[in-house]
Amino acid sequence: MSLSEEARPQQAKTPARRRLDALRTPRRFSADDLFETSSTIFAAMIILIIVVTSVLLIRGSIPVLQSFKTGFFTGTNWISVAGSESYGVLPYVLGTLVTSAIAVAVGVPLSLGIAIFLAEMAPWSLRNALSRVIELLAAVPSIIYGFWGLFVFRFWVRDYLEAPISSYVGAFPVFQGTPFGLDILTAGLILAIMIIPTVSSISKDVMMAVPSSQREAAYSIGATRWEVVRTGVLGYARSGIFGAIILGLGRAVGETMAVTMVIGNASGPAALPTSLFKQGATMASVIANEFSEAEPGSLHLSALIGIGLTLFLSAIVINVFAQLMVWKVLKVRAGSVE
Amino acid sequence: MTLSLQVEELKPANSEAPSIRGTLEKFKIQTEKLNAWFGNNHVLKDLSINIKEDEVTAIIGPSGCGKSTFIRCLNRMHELVPGARSSGAVLLDNANVYARGIDPVTVRRKVGMVFQKPNPFPTMSVYDNVAAGLKLNGIRDHQKLDRAVKRSLELAFLWDEVKTELDKSGASLSGGQQQRLCIARALAVEPEVILMDEPCSALDPVATAKIEELISSLKAQYTVVIVTHNMQQAARVSDNTAFLYLGQLIEYGETTQLFENPTEELTERYLTGKFG
Repeated sequence: MSLSEEARPQQAKTPARRRLDALRTPRRFSADDLFETSSTIFAAMIILIIVVTSVLLIRGSIPVLQSFKTGFFTGTNWISVAGSESYGVLPYVLGTLVTSAIAVAVGVPLSLGIAIFLAEMAPWSLRNALSRVIELLAAVPSIIYGFWGLFVFRFWVRDYLEAPISSYVGAFPVFQGTPFGLDILTAGLILAIMIIPTVSSISKDVMMAVPSSQREAAYSIGATRWEVVRTGVLGYARSGIFGAIILGLGRAVGETMAVTMVIGNASGPAALPTSLFKQGATMASVIANEFSEAEPGSLHLSALIGIGLTLFLSAIVINVFAQLMVWKVLKVRAGSVE
Repeated sequence: MTLSLQVEELKPANSEAPSIRGTLEKFKIQTEKLNAWFGNNHVLKDLSINIKEDEVTAIIGPSGCGKSTFIRCLNRMHELVPGARSSGAVLLDNANVYARGIDPVTVRRKVGMVFQKPNPFPTMSVYDNVAAGLKLNGIRDHQKLDRAVKRSLELAFLWDEVKTELDKSGASLSGGQQQRLCIARALAVEPEVILMDEPCSALDPVATAKIEELISSLKAQYTVVIVTHNMQQAARVSDNTAFLYLGQLIEYGETTQLFENPTEELTERYLTGKFG
């Protein structure tokens, strides 16, 4: 018996007390503890990876930031000739934003259409087959999309999209320039195609998780099929759909290879996306193009790492902004309904 | 009432359908040889029944007897389930809702429904939940919507509880309030018939009492058909009761008569708890 027991001999050992003692057996290191510790370690690795990435990016870009201060973020020049070096990432930031915006504007409606068809309209067998195909599309390497974009898609864009637009509304500033096919519009459209698998398959899963009671609720007040989707399904699923869009946006912002192959790779002020028919560049495409040319320890390399840092920051800002937008849209917070 | 008693000996128009009193009373819904299937499972067999206007009709019976399927046939919700089909006729004001060229959407606007579990739209406010059906009908006028929302919530005994929080989420209400919100949502599109599929089975006794009180008040303006597994509830709220067993209509009559003096042995045994 334990010490405390001897110290209080006057206390009789009732059965209830004995049962209480049995519960107080000293804790040994159990399987539960092992599980808790290991999952904590795995979770901590996420933070570790982010911290290491930011430290390396910041350390690598110190030389270029010291040389150009905030001018690195606001400047438009990109000259890597020794002696007259000048680096500014603004054109590339804008290039990334514009191509991603095109990707979302074109890709999201298409993806939602696909998701609605698969989740709400398609018969069971077709839904399964098509879902597989879409997941397969998500697994196609981006260089394949790039190849296809370079050798096939860009001619379609040039002949069937850009040429007609140019001849009818070419006077508008955003459509100025000669249709060429290797430009910001093509890059945005390739990105749109590339985000479709992600956005549509996640949206489809989210919609299929909507309880059928929601559809019945809409049917019972006289909704047509489309109205059932609109009132019963999209409303309930909207936070999940926003999540899918943000994931798609993330892919568009960071996508490198395919964009590099079709965007035309302009440099410096020429890369400012003033027209959709201009050759441009994104942050990721510049890094991919120039990384092999930059001398180790050079200011050029530091500038490229600086682009990496900017890309990292932009991704964070875009995510936070998107999250805020989701909260704003979801003003009425969802409660629990089965 | 007296008039109907005088014509008691008159045969109902559809002589096969069990009917309580004469034909002078108006039947809101009449089913003729209604059959329903889920795949190969024949769940409703030749159901013919006349449901009276502005009264509450309860459908009782053991689990799986086809109660829910029956009322889901009345507003063509049954056919939405994959593999489900039906045959026979459902006459709403003497017009077959299954006739060729009838749009189920218009049927459902006339025949509203309340479900077993409260299912408000969780991302919509209380106001928008009630207004949802009207907005589907293309009503955008704010004053009109305001009036309809207030009227429906009042009819559903919910107005006083939510009038200061109309912009809160429909899902933030309690279970009983959610169910009354769903009733208000159904009432807002001004249906003629309200179908209720075990509307209290997910609710506590207090909330149940409120809904029952509400059902009794609704029959002034609406024909109500309620499915319930709770016999006491059927006895409390309904004017007429139908007893279904294995997809067949066993007995149908005035609630007091059916409960106190059932003519079928099966009904008697069910009511006394011998099975079910």
